[in-house]
Amino acid sequence: MATTGPIAVLIATFLAAGVEAIEMVTIVVGVGATRGWRSTWIGSAAGFGVLAVVVLVGGVALKAIPIGPLRLVVGALLLTFGVQWFRKGVMRVALRGFAGIGGEVYDDDAAEWKEPGIDWTAFVLAFKGVTLEGLEIAILVVAFGLGADQLGASVIGALAALALFGAAGLLLRGSVQRVPRSVLQLVVGVMLTTFGTFWSLEGIGVDWPGSDAAILGLLAFYGLTAALYFTLERRRAFGLQPVA
Amino acid sequence: MQMVRSWVVGFGRFWYDYIFGDDWTIAVAIFIGLAVSALLNSNHIVAWWLIPVIVFVMLGISLRRARPRK
Repeated sequence: MATTGPIAVLIATFLAAGVEAIEMVTIVVGVGATRGWRSTWIGSAAGFGVLAVVVLVGGVALKAIPIGPLRLVVGALLLTFGVQWFRKGVMRVALRGFAGIGGEVYDDDAAEWKEPGIDWTAFVLAFKGVTLEGLEIAILVVAFGLGADQLGASVIGALAALALFGAAGLLLRGSVQRVPRSVLQLVVGVMLTTFGTFWSLEGIGVDWPGSDAAILGLLAFYGLTAALYFTLERRRAFGLQPVA
Repeated sequence: MQMVRSWVVGFGRFWYDYIFGDDWTIAVAIFIGLAVSALLNSNHIVAWWLIPVIVFVMLGISLRRARPRK
């Protein structure tokens, strides 16, 4: 029986894990830039910690983890939270526009956390993003590695994807930080709604047309939705202004 | 005892705010949508479109309701 070579397994795992790593980094960078980095890092570190324990304890038995129910729960939570930020983002950007709002910080869930304690919102969002995506990467590694009898190549491919896209996220951090907070809330809201929709429906066994590529379709649909409601809200806001 | 109670209340409030936020109707519509999607999927009916439609419609309703009355 022909077996798949280590390079092929390494590339396949790198590409598959890369998709999951991009999703993980997108959530962590978005949440960190919006709410502040301290609790986001703690949430991410806790996620990696739980992941490490699960991988060490579970080992190759990871293949038996029921990823469907996990995707449903995490996806539904991200979706309900994401739509809230989506809605608030539309209202705020429509009222204040894209320019001249960089310095404004609101005393609510879009504001950067400045208290001494943990910001649980940032913690939970980062934790869930890291554990779910990390678990999916671990399962991919086990599936590809055991399937082709190339576990070492599979692990290297996944770690390379994590390192590369993690570094890209760190490099982009500064640019994301400069985006006005209201705009960031809208963008992160759209992204969380996109991932939440995708994962929750995958969790109940729905087949997406185009598989993971459907995420881009969802992103475009929700982006257009944001543009439509932003235009409607802005028109309404200007309609309320007294004529000069 | 008081500390435990305040912790439990705080924990419950965090998750309520996290899931339901300012407009609980959106979260309820999403949960109903997920249940209906599961039902459609189990009957081999294409179901991926339902949640995006619910999000689109509920956002419109919620934004309209949030407008200040003249």
